[in-house]
Amino acid sequence: MAVDNRPSNITLNCKAHLLEVVIVGDWLLDSQIPDLDLVLAQFGDGTQFKQLVFSTESLGRWDSLLMTELIKLITYSEEKGISVDTKTLPSGIQGLLSLVSAVPERAGVRRQSIDVPWLEVVGNSGLRLQSDVNALIVFIGNLTLSVSAFFRGKAHFRWVDLWRNIQDCGPSALPIITLISLLVGLILAFVGSVQLSLFGAQLYIADLVGLGMSREMGGLMTAVIMSGRTGAAYAAQLGTMQVNNEIDALETMGFNPMEFLVLPRVLALIFVMPLLCLYADLMGIIGGALVTVSFFEVSFVEYINRTINAIHMLDLSVGVFKCAVFGVLIALSGCMRGMQCGRSASEVGDATTSAVVTGIVFIVIADSLMTIICNRLGI
Amino acid sequence: MSSPCLSIKNMTMAYGNFIIQRDLDFTINRGDIFVIMGASGCGKSTLLMHLIGLHRPMSGDVFYGEESLWQADYKTRQRLLRQTGVLFQSGALLSSMTLAENVALPLTEHTRLGAQRIRQLVSYKLALVGLAGFEDYYPAELSGGMQKRAGLARAMALDPKILFFDEPSAGLDPVSAKLLDDLIRSLRDHLGATIVIVTHELASIFAIGTYSVFLDMETKTMIASGPPKQLLAESRDPKVLRFLTRGASESSNISAIKRQGHEIL
Repeated sequence: MAVDNRPSNITLNCKAHLLEVVIVGDWLLDSQIPDLDLVLAQFGDGTQFKQLVFSTESLGRWDSLLMTELIKLITYSEEKGISVDTKTLPSGIQGLLSLVSAVPERAGVRRQSIDVPWLEVVGNSGLRLQSDVNALIVFIGNLTLSVSAFFRGKAHFRWVDLWRNIQDCGPSALPIITLISLLVGLILAFVGSVQLSLFGAQLYIADLVGLGMSREMGGLMTAVIMSGRTGAAYAAQLGTMQVNNEIDALETMGFNPMEFLVLPRVLALIFVMPLLCLYADLMGIIGGALVTVSFFEVSFVEYINRTINAIHMLDLSVGVFKCAVFGVLIALSGCMRGMQCGRSASEVGDATTSAVVTGIVFIVIADSLMTIICNRLGI
Repeated sequence: MSSPCLSIKNMTMAYGNFIIQRDLDFTINRGDIFVIMGASGCGKSTLLMHLIGLHRPMSGDVFYGEESLWQADYKTRQRLLRQTGVLFQSGALLSSMTLAENVALPLTEHTRLGAQRIRQLVSYKLALVGLAGFEDYYPAELSGGMQKRAGLARAMALDPKILFFDEPSAGLDPVSAKLLDDLIRSLRDHLGATIVIVTHELASIFAIGTYSVFLDMETKTMIASGPPKQLLAESRDPKVLRFLTRGASESSNISAIKRQGHEIL
């Protein structure tokens, strides 16, 4: 069925002042074509020629490939001051050529690539950091206003949104939290057992796992999971709304997007995070018990007793408080990146990535600060 | 001139069990500017999805020339669809790429041309749609009309034999819409391509359509076909007339409606 392509060729005939371009064969995107530069070289300085005409009797099938070559040829000739008679071309090609030149390029539209000196790159990133920090402070300010409006009972948002958000970031997150916390408890128990079994003190694995989970790892792992799960979802949701002009629409209807969209998300996460943290602590302790009971001569009841003696209310409260703080930070970074999102699909991706990165950085910094403070205060 | 380019044989389209349109049967000839029209929600865009291989019909088939689109295996289908180009309603440019990268994408994927040649082809295509010099712009930096024209440049990248348009003039001002219509017509004339347009823009339908089908939402099938102007002049179906005269046929006097219809034009 496929027709073989006839070989294409282009030659020049010089007749006194007239330059005749003979085009033969098929000029298709997948065909081999002669190098136009060799033909252009035959022009010489071009001063002896006045006019360029085409001869296309033996031209076969053609497509955009021929068009680009012709455009190159015509531009080159016109630069040399040779007038080009396009009337000698087939009518389809003439039509396309007139379409191409119908809208001439506007001056100043084309972009030049500029080499930016490295000092300017450094300066720009400094300025960007500054504007990021500014945006963060403004966002925190707005959020504070919304929260205070909420406590005065003046915030406008739909309670059903709050419940849906709580459902999304609470119960729906339980399976992943279960898995991760159980494994973290398991790992802690294994790591501890290596040292403690040297002294025959396997029972103290319960102390290690219980304290480790409740003070530190339960909250931290919950925060990391929720940052990847919910923080990213917030950024993507709000970013897509930004792309679709939905946030603009809310504003024109008299809603404050900060109250209507951000507040329920932040409140949901602050409410849910401490509960998830307690759940994660419990799962971690069970994970530790699994290892201790199955590998060492410790009974389950002994392990639980030991754990109850080891953990004080204060330890649990410290962990839960930390986790609530992480909740604020995750919601903050997710919503902030979402609201700052640009208007294209790729920017939604950027917003999501940056929400997770910002969230985890915030979490780790806050955790270090709080651990140091607790240590100094002797809590 | 009137050799069949695309035939739709006895096709029924459905989402799940919900039938959108049934028993569609028509032929699109080479060189036609074929208009698929009908009220919003009647399944025009769904029909387009079936023609360009994005949605499988519940029954029936689409033929490209003699070859069946939906009986064919994946490879054949890809080969058949290679000769088509689609302009989506909002342009559907990839937002993370510049215009040049968008237009170059099918060329780098499906041809073995060098980078230099691809750059020339991209500049040519952009110049054809009146966007010379905009190679390094991102879609978000352009107006809606410009995005649409850039989408057209990408649709034409591989010199398709059939070009599909989904609501080309939606969201454009009348002058831009007219320019786009002119562009579509001259592309048909000079490239010898076949054009299939889904639209409900009356001005476009009458200005450039050479043949059309009318899809009806209530009976769930096509109730009229023919050149649009002939439909306006000769159709007796009140639904078709109401559509073609912007609802003016609510009054009972048919000849008065037709007069009004011509006044609109």
